[in-house]
Amino acid sequence: MRYFPHTKEDIGRMLAVVGAKSLDDLFADIPPECLLDRPLGLPGPISEWELVRRLEEMAAEAGGDWKVFVGAGSQPHHIPAVVPALAGRSEFLTAYTPYQPEISQGTLQAIFEFQTLIARLFGLAVANASLYDGATAMAEAVLMAGRIRGGRNVAVSELAHPHWRETLTAYLAPVPDARILALPSGPDGRTDFSRLGELPNPSVLVVQSPNFLGAFEDLPAAAEHVHAAGGLLAAGISEPFALGLAKSPGALGADIAFGEGQSLGLPQSFGGPGLGLLAARAEYMRQMPGRLVGETTDTRGRRGFVLTLSAREQHIRRARAVSNICSNAGHSALTAAVFMAAIGADGFRKTAQANLDLAERLKAGLLALGFRRLNDAPTFNEFALRVPDWFPARHAELQKRRILAGLPLAGYGRAWADAWLFGVTETAGKDGVDALLREMRP
Amino acid sequence: MTENDAAAAGIGRSGLVLEEPLLWERGRAGRSGMSVEESGLSAVRLPAEIAGDGPDWPNLSEPEVVRHYTRLSTWNFGVDTGMYPLGSCTMKYNPKINEFLASLPGFAKAHPLLPESAAQGALRLIRELEEFLAEIVGLEAATLQPAAGAHGELCGMLMIAAWHRQNGGRRDKVLIPDTAHGTNPASAAMCGMGEVKVPLGRDGCLETATVAGLMDEHTAGIMITNPNTLGLFESNLPEICRLVHERGGLVYADGANLNAIMGRVDMGKIGVDVLHYNLHKSMSTPHGGGGPGAGPVAVGERLIPYLPGPRVERLADGSHVWKRDLPLSIGRLHAFHGQFAVCLRAYAYILSLGPEIRTASGLAVLNANYLQAKLKHAFDLPFDRRCMHECVFTDAKQKKRGVSTLDMAKRLIDLGYHPPTVYFPLVVSGAMMIEPTESECKEDLDAFIAALLRVANEAENHPDLLRNAPVRSLAGRMDETTAARRPRLTGDMGRGGDA
Repeated sequence: MRYFPHTKEDIGRMLAVVGAKSLDDLFADIPPECLLDRPLGLPGPISEWELVRRLEEMAAEAGGDWKVFVGAGSQPHHIPAVVPALAGRSEFLTAYTPYQPEISQGTLQAIFEFQTLIARLFGLAVANASLYDGATAMAEAVLMAGRIRGGRNVAVSELAHPHWRETLTAYLAPVPDARILALPSGPDGRTDFSRLGELPNPSVLVVQSPNFLGAFEDLPAAAEHVHAAGGLLAAGISEPFALGLAKSPGALGADIAFGEGQSLGLPQSFGGPGLGLLAARAEYMRQMPGRLVGETTDTRGRRGFVLTLSAREQHIRRARAVSNICSNAGHSALTAAVFMAAIGADGFRKTAQANLDLAERLKAGLLALGFRRLNDAPTFNEFALRVPDWFPARHAELQKRRILAGLPLAGYGRAWADAWLFGVTETAGKDGVDALLREMRP
Repeated sequence: MTENDAAAAGIGRSGLVLEEPLLWERGRAGRSGMSVEESGLSAVRLPAEIAGDGPDWPNLSEPEVVRHYTRLSTWNFGVDTGMYPLGSCTMKYNPKINEFLASLPGFAKAHPLLPESAAQGALRLIRELEEFLAEIVGLEAATLQPAAGAHGELCGMLMIAAWHRQNGGRRDKVLIPDTAHGTNPASAAMCGMGEVKVPLGRDGCLETATVAGLMDEHTAGIMITNPNTLGLFESNLPEICRLVHERGGLVYADGANLNAIMGRVDMGKIGVDVLHYNLHKSMSTPHGGGGPGAGPVAVGERLIPYLPGPRVERLADGSHVWKRDLPLSIGRLHAFHGQFAVCLRAYAYILSLGPEIRTASGLAVLNANYLQAKLKHAFDLPFDRRCMHECVFTDAKQKKRGVSTLDMAKRLIDLGYHPPTVYFPLVVSGAMMIEPTESECKEDLDAFIAALLRVANEAENHPDLLRNAPVRSLAGRMDETTAARRPRLTGDMGRGGDA
């Protein structure tokens, strides 16, 4: 096997040193009733040639060549070639968590820069070194708010990503006193905060903006409601590019911001790995889950970076840790940092503008074809519409040509029975939008 | 002894190391590393109460970005650079072909919510990998949703908590050996379960009588790591599992150390109910300097209904569909289907090895025992018996000269090696946990042994060399106290913002 460096002679000489007769003999101390007593039912081994043939066949049937006009938490954005080329350098890729700072300054400085850029994106003082994905970031934001404010009464907008809400529910299932109040959508397509009063002592209000249907939420109103009730506002985002044109959650009153960072230079890869983002006001730093990189100096007086505030973490605090998280999405964070460095403030804003302009063109085109608005809420690069009767059949026809023209929302909640979600990014371009609209004509 | 003499025992050499400022200390307004196409559309404006200026990130040209990250990368040490014997982390070789396969556009550009018919290649991969993983440890079914080892622990403990709720009621404690990783008690705590510590037996393994004395009707079960973090196989496990089951509990196995026993040990037969894998350890996917990993979970028969959903189901015609009707499932733990691109690397690794995956474990155990045999006269070995994939020494001999495990670890950096895991497991004072993995050839092991023997010799004769180490790395030891007392977690970009 090409990954094993041992020759027969090496194995023989090494076995002699350890006093064993064979590789199997190394396991002789294990009670026989523990051993696997049948041949291992695995295919292979196969050569690299055969491996490439098989995986290329599977890739051809995995759907990556589809034209997809919906995001729903996973967005196709252009990834500059420098991003995988730099992030893929094996000194970054094949390192472990930077426990030894003297030989990990590359990872540590890159993550310190990542934390800084994400804090700026969210308009909050501190960001962590990443969580797994947007769904788990939402669950961790809720647990964090619970530690800060006490209690387990959680209000969650029903317009937050349904999968993220399901994940939160699973995280809170074994917590005996946890209560989740779902806040429904108002007629304007934004969360109705008026029912927050039904929940005594809420620790947190969770709102996603733009929400799952693409609409910008009224975050200042959310902040006002939850702060008056003594809780924190946790504002989420599944499309960071929206913050290229919109005010940040921090500027609008959020105490914690969380989200999915896949848009920042990561391939969609059938949904993972993503990049869980988490930022907060400075006073909540010690309640944040996950790794934190801090600046310090070394014995020679040189600027350097280390993992810090580890007294929060499981390897020190064990059962009393703020979270069980250990490995996070470090390389996704580094990749996102390279992306943010490459695109810069100007490129980010211009790309965001292109997304908004293309989405508005698609929306106007669909409205002209007889699609109907659910409401007048402003949106970014995704939006939900009611569809004409002829559309589902057309949608099915387009699928035969590997085009996914929107996602039916009926499976995600009764309130959305006749709504579909559409989205577009800069990767489609004006020609792509116009071509889709031509295909969509009845 | 001079620096040059010392370096001769290792592979460390000083070289050309370049300075590099922080990102925002480079860059000028007006530069950009990405050309944005003009859309030819008039710019739509968001309403004033929503519209903002966007983040104030620096603007760099493409060459500046390339220099920046290329230089940072040279300050790092990875498995591709050299031996990385970090115990319990299984830093084995990460095959390049798997990076190539993960980047195939068919996979990389696949949207997670594509219709089933459009994504058959992805669904098939998920289903087959679940089957491979279950087969490797002798369990019945698996889920790929958990995003990392600790997430897999959470998944497993959520399933155990749900099983108890379904079968007679809540149990609010769990037995955890004192050799366990910190993630075990932390994951249990997230499931509302308190930790009951199980002390180590005299030979480094759990004893049935100790477990019997602690396992009661309020205890949900036991979380064990096998081999344990001393690198020893838990030989009383079948008996312990029977006892835990008799008293109404379930058995969780932490698979962090699975690299020792792949395809060799039958966890189902032993009595394990649920086990997590770290694909970024035993299944060779790169750790990426902190993740993303993947923490799939396998279960025995009785926990199958509790697995997270949706699950991939194979139909009679060989096609695959999502199964969503799972009334006892703990629900969803990930935004989509888990770390798909990590899982596909592991799938490729398993196909490449096939049943020879047993040999990977055999060679990993051989390498660790070889190191142990060659080093045990120079370093204190608290449990002198056959180890599995890693061995644990202490600094007991060197402490007499005022040299600690930390000093020896830092000296190894000067000699060109990543240090082993230090001060873990917590029950062994001054622990040095060495896991060579099967990827190291005999010559490289011999060179590493020579370096460690040199360190032991220096501890005796030149202890200051160790206390001042490392001297050859880019950075010296860091002031971690100040970092924690006055945390600076973000840089000053010289502009506004609430930082």
